[in-house]
Amino acid sequence: MKEIRWHGRGGQGGFTASRLLGIAASIHGGKHALAFPSFGPERRGAPVLAFTKIDDTKIHDRSEVQHSDYVVVMDETLIVAGFENGIKSGATILINTENIERYQSSLKNFKLVGLDATSLAMEVLGRPITNTAMYGALAAASGLVSLEAALASIRTEMNPKLAALNEKIVERAFDTINAQATGC
Amino acid sequence: MKSNKIFISGDEAVAQGVRLSRPHVIAAYPITPQTITVERLSEMCEAGEMDGEYMHVESEHSAISAAMGASSVGARTFTASSSQGLLYMAEGLHYCSGGRWPVVMMNANRSVALPWSIYGDQRDSLSLLDCGWIQVYVEDAQEALDMIIQAYKIAEHKDVLTPMMVNLDGFILTHTYELVEIPEQKMVDEFLPSFQTPNKMSFEEPKNLGFSSKPDDNTEFKYQQNKAMFDAIDVIRDVDQEFADKFGRKYHDMVEEYRCEDAEVVLVALGSVCGTIRVVVDKMRAEGKKVGLLKIRYIRPFPETEVKDLAKRVNAIGVIDKDISFGYEGTVYTNVNSAISKIDKYVYKSNFVGGLGGRDITKDEIEEMFNKLISGVENKSEEKVEFFSLNVETND
Repeated sequence: MKEIRWHGRGGQGGFTASRLLGIAASIHGGKHALAFPSFGPERRGAPVLAFTKIDDTKIHDRSEVQHSDYVVVMDETLIVAGFENGIKSGATILINTENIERYQSSLKNFKLVGLDATSLAMEVLGRPITNTAMYGALAAASGLVSLEAALASIRTEMNPKLAALNEKIVERAFDTINAQATGC
Repeated sequence: MKSNKIFISGDEAVAQGVRLSRPHVIAAYPITPQTITVERLSEMCEAGEMDGEYMHVESEHSAISAAMGASSVGARTFTASSSQGLLYMAEGLHYCSGGRWPVVMMNANRSVALPWSIYGDQRDSLSLLDCGWIQVYVEDAQEALDMIIQAYKIAEHKDVLTPMMVNLDGFILTHTYELVEIPEQKMVDEFLPSFQTPNKMSFEEPKNLGFSSKPDDNTEFKYQQNKAMFDAIDVIRDVDQEFADKFGRKYHDMVEEYRCEDAEVVLVALGSVCGTIRVVVDKMRAEGKKVGLLKIRYIRPFPETEVKDLAKRVNAIGVIDKDISFGYEGTVYTNVNSAISKIDKYVYKSNFVGGLGGRDITKDEIEEMFNKLISGVENKSEEKVEFFSLNVETND
C-alpha cells in the first residue's frame, strides 16, 4: 500500500486533490483507494491535511496514515517543526516553491521535488489555487497514476469549464516534472 | 451485471441507499458527522431525483416524531442523526419501537459530551441498546449503502415491524471516500417492494394506534416486542441471502468470522476497526499465530448462538469496545461475556476499551491485544478490563 499525505490551507483544495488521486487510481486505474481529510472542523486559511491510500487490493486498514510514502506541500509556509514526523525515510516530498534547493539540507533524508505551482496556477487559472498543479507533479514524480488517468479524474470530478483549465495545469505540471527528471 | 462504481464518502453512500429505497418521507436534522447525508437527500428531493418529501424539522426530537407519524400511516420513512442528536431522540426511539413502526435511521457514531467532541466512538448508540431498535454496524461505505436497502426489508417484514438503526463510524466511514457500487434502481425495486402497513384502517378492520396500556396488558406488548426482535434473526438471514442472490454481495448475517476456522485467539469488534483487525490477523497468520476476528454486525438482536459457537472452539476472546459503561466495563464486552458464560468451558477473556473521542486504533495496538490474549491463555489468567491506550486496568 502507498500512503500519500497532502498539506494545504483550508480552501486551497488539498482534500479535492486527495480525492482526485483516489478517483484516478480506482475508477481510471483499476486499483483501490481511500481518500479522507484530517478529521474534524476546518476553516479557510488554517493548516489542513488530507490523505490518500492506494493499493492493488481492497484496502481494509482504517487506521491513520503514519508512514507516508509521498508528501505534497501546496504552501511551503506549512513546513514547520515536526513536519518530518510520519514520513518514511527516503520518501518523496513535493513542494510548491520557487527554490527547492533551500530544503536540501533540512530535509536531507528525503527525495525532494520542487514546482513553482503558484506561478503556474496564476498563469492558467488566474488564481493561486495550486492543488491540481501539485497533483500533476505527484503523478509525474510517483507514477502512482498515469497522466491519462489524472486527466480523466479531473473530468469525472469537475464541471467542463473548470475541468479544461485544470487539465491544462495537470499536463503542464506533469511535463515540467518529467523534464526535470530527464534533465532537459 | 453492469458495473456502476463511483468514488464517494460513507455519508454519500447512505444517501444513495436511501434514494434507491424510495422513502415517502425523510425527516432529519443535520449534525456532524451525519450532515452530508441529509444535505444530499435534501438536494435530491429538491431536484426531483427522488419522489419523497424532505421535512425540515427544528430538532431531532421532532425528526423522530415526524418519522413515526408518517410511518404509522404507512409511509416508508427515513431519519438520520448522531451523538447528542440521537440522545435528544431517545424518548421517541422507545416510542417508535413500542409503536412497531419500521422507521430506518442512519446513525453516524460519534462521541457524547462532555467534554464536547465531534469525533467518533460508539458510546451514542451503545448507550441506547435497550430502546428496542435493531442495531447493525457496518465496516465500509458499500456495506452502509447495502444495509440501508436491507434495513427496510428487515424492519418492514410482518414478523419484525421494528425500527432499525444502521450505524457507521463518524469520520472514519462518514468522511472517507472509496469505490462504491451503486445498484440499479430496477433491481432495488424488485428486491424491495413498497411498504404495506398493517395499520391500514377501514370500517371492516378498525384499529387503534399509539394507545395506553394498563398493568394487566403491558407485559403482553413487551413480550411481543421482544419476540419480534428474536424473530428478526431469521429474517436478517433470509434478507441477506436474497440480497446476495440479487446483488452478489453477502454480509454473513449476524456476525462475520474472519480466519476463525482453526483460531485459538479471537478479537471481537464492531464497525470500521474490523478492517484494520483483518490486516493484523493476516500479518500474524503469516507468522504462524492462530488468530482471528469476529465481526459483530448486529448487536440487537444479539448473536448469542454465534458467540457461544465460537467460544467453544477457541481459547481466548478479546473484545474491543469504543465505549465504556462507567462503573463496570465496555457494553459490547458485557453482552459477549454473558453469552460465553453460558458454555461450560474456560475461555480467557479480556476487554480492550479505547478509540474514544476519535483516538486512532493502530495496527501495533491490535497486535499487542492479540499477544496479551495469547499470554493470558498460557498463564491461565483471570479476565482483564483495560483502557488499552492508557495501559491501565479499569479497576486500577
